[in-house]
Amino acid sequence: MTKSHAVVMLRRNLKHIARNPVSVFNAVLMPIVMMLMFVYVFGDAFNVGVDYIDYATPGLMLLAVCYGLGAVATSVNSDMTKGIINRFKVMDVSRGAVLTGHVVASVLTNVIAIAALTGVAFLLGFDPAASFTDWLGLAGMVLLLSVAAAWFTVALGLAAKSPETAGMAAVPLVMLPFFSSAIVPADLMGPGVRQFAEYQPFTPIIETLRGFLNGAPATGDLIAAVAWCAGIALVGYLWASSTFTKRA
Amino acid sequence: MTSSAIEVAGLRKAFGDKIVLDGIDLDVPAGTIFSLLGPNGAGKTTTVNVLTTLMRADGGTARVAGHDVTAQAKAVRARIGVTGQFAAVDELLTGRENLQLMMDLNRAGSGRRTVAELLERFDLTGAAQKSVSTYSGGMRRKLDLAMTLIGDPRIIFLDEPTTGLDPRSRRTMWDIIRELVSGGVTIFLTTQYLEEADQLADRIAVLDQGRLVAQGTPGELKRQIPGTHVRLRFASATDLDAAARVFADSTRDDDGLTLRVPGDGGTTTLRALLDRLDENALRAEEFSVHTPDLDDVFLALTGHATEVDAK
Repeated sequence: MTKSHAVVMLRRNLKHIARNPVSVFNAVLMPIVMMLMFVYVFGDAFNVGVDYIDYATPGLMLLAVCYGLGAVATSVNSDMTKGIINRFKVMDVSRGAVLTGHVVASVLTNVIAIAALTGVAFLLGFDPAASFTDWLGLAGMVLLLSVAAAWFTVALGLAAKSPETAGMAAVPLVMLPFFSSAIVPADLMGPGVRQFAEYQPFTPIIETLRGFLNGAPATGDLIAAVAWCAGIALVGYLWASSTFTKRA
Repeated sequence: MTSSAIEVAGLRKAFGDKIVLDGIDLDVPAGTIFSLLGPNGAGKTTTVNVLTTLMRADGGTARVAGHDVTAQAKAVRARIGVTGQFAAVDELLTGRENLQLMMDLNRAGSGRRTVAELLERFDLTGAAQKSVSTYSGGMRRKLDLAMTLIGDPRIIFLDEPTTGLDPRSRRTMWDIIRELVSGGVTIFLTTQYLEEADQLADRIAVLDQGRLVAQGTPGELKRQIPGTHVRLRFASATDLDAAARVFADSTRDDDGLTLRVPGDGGTTTLRALLDRLDENALRAEEFSVHTPDLDDVFLALTGHATEVDAK
């Protein structure tokens, strides 16, 4: 029963995404626009030691995950504040079905965005040294990150007072990749920012993605990345579940 | 099955140190319309949230359709429908898709209504393929109620179903509600409008700051509050004195130099009243006919106006 509810919910969320051009633009086209901008406009200004497109693509994959999150937070919140979640609750639609619908829709959006981004990267001369197993590892990491980010964002969306504040709450998630090694290596950043960039969760995640594309990620980065994602997913899941139950 | 659709005893709820429900007792017979009347912040929505299993009460008991709202929440949910204060419709879907969504989520059960039937009944067939974001307030409420009806609930909670609607949509809503009850459904309605409660309800309870200050049929309740009256304002205290002697059953307000004369507001009573003023050579500066509203109910029942503790 719950399973079929989850399918109904997912279908609803996918319809929402398809009918909201702004969210499609933000989630899918924006990362590509960013890629073109970084590669063509800024790329030559950064000295990263390798072809900039090869350096930036994994970072932009992370950015692509984050860019879709604002829309997720807003849509979860409007379900909550407009009483739709209450309606579902009274209909005995499980918490799992409602929230998982949002999470899966978010992950699917991310997958489409990253596939599109990777396609454009290849057109721009992206030339990774990854083997088939590396690509699998990369896909796994991206999925894990998407799931973690989605649960955390769903929690933010549920807890926020209004759709506007929910959208704002997701902004730090969009900003964080810029303060990581996504776009430029942390070593090139100023003091303070550099230390922040080195220790924030997105840096090991990006380094892991980059590692997979270059052959093999450093074990330390991989462990840190998986641990961060698992932690974020767990916190997001618990927070979202308790907010869902409590808030009416 | 008991004959009570909703039984509530000693219901209490607080948010932090703010007491929202302070011991509510209610009994709603099956197949009737019960109206909870009160201003904003009185605790109406909290009551609905507790009765519809969305919120847990801090104390007291509540049984809906014979089942305890906390211990047997699932059984309660299977028998109720709720239309909240804000139309809980999906803006990005069409009217038809909204109803289909409810169909898909509804536990397989008896007496399913079809989407087409509901669209027809609520006069939404023409707009069925349009996105709900283009719907007017009245259409949204109708769609919301249509969604609630999927699954044939026997008890329907309507939280301020007509707040913010224009008079015509309000009348349409009233007709729909009456029609539902004629089909044997029990309705629990909250409203800020005395007129609405009066029009629809078999019984009314007046909620003020988390307490029920009165309960009864509309007739019983109206006997407790000042009825329609004429308000006369005079130029001087001497005139007021003279007029107060002429109209023995009136109430005077010395500060405002006004006199409240009970009457039904009909032309015959008004003419008689004006004639008596003339006979006594009295001139009123101002004249108004006043029908009782929620404020009068509150003033009469609680001794304070509605706004006092709203937030």
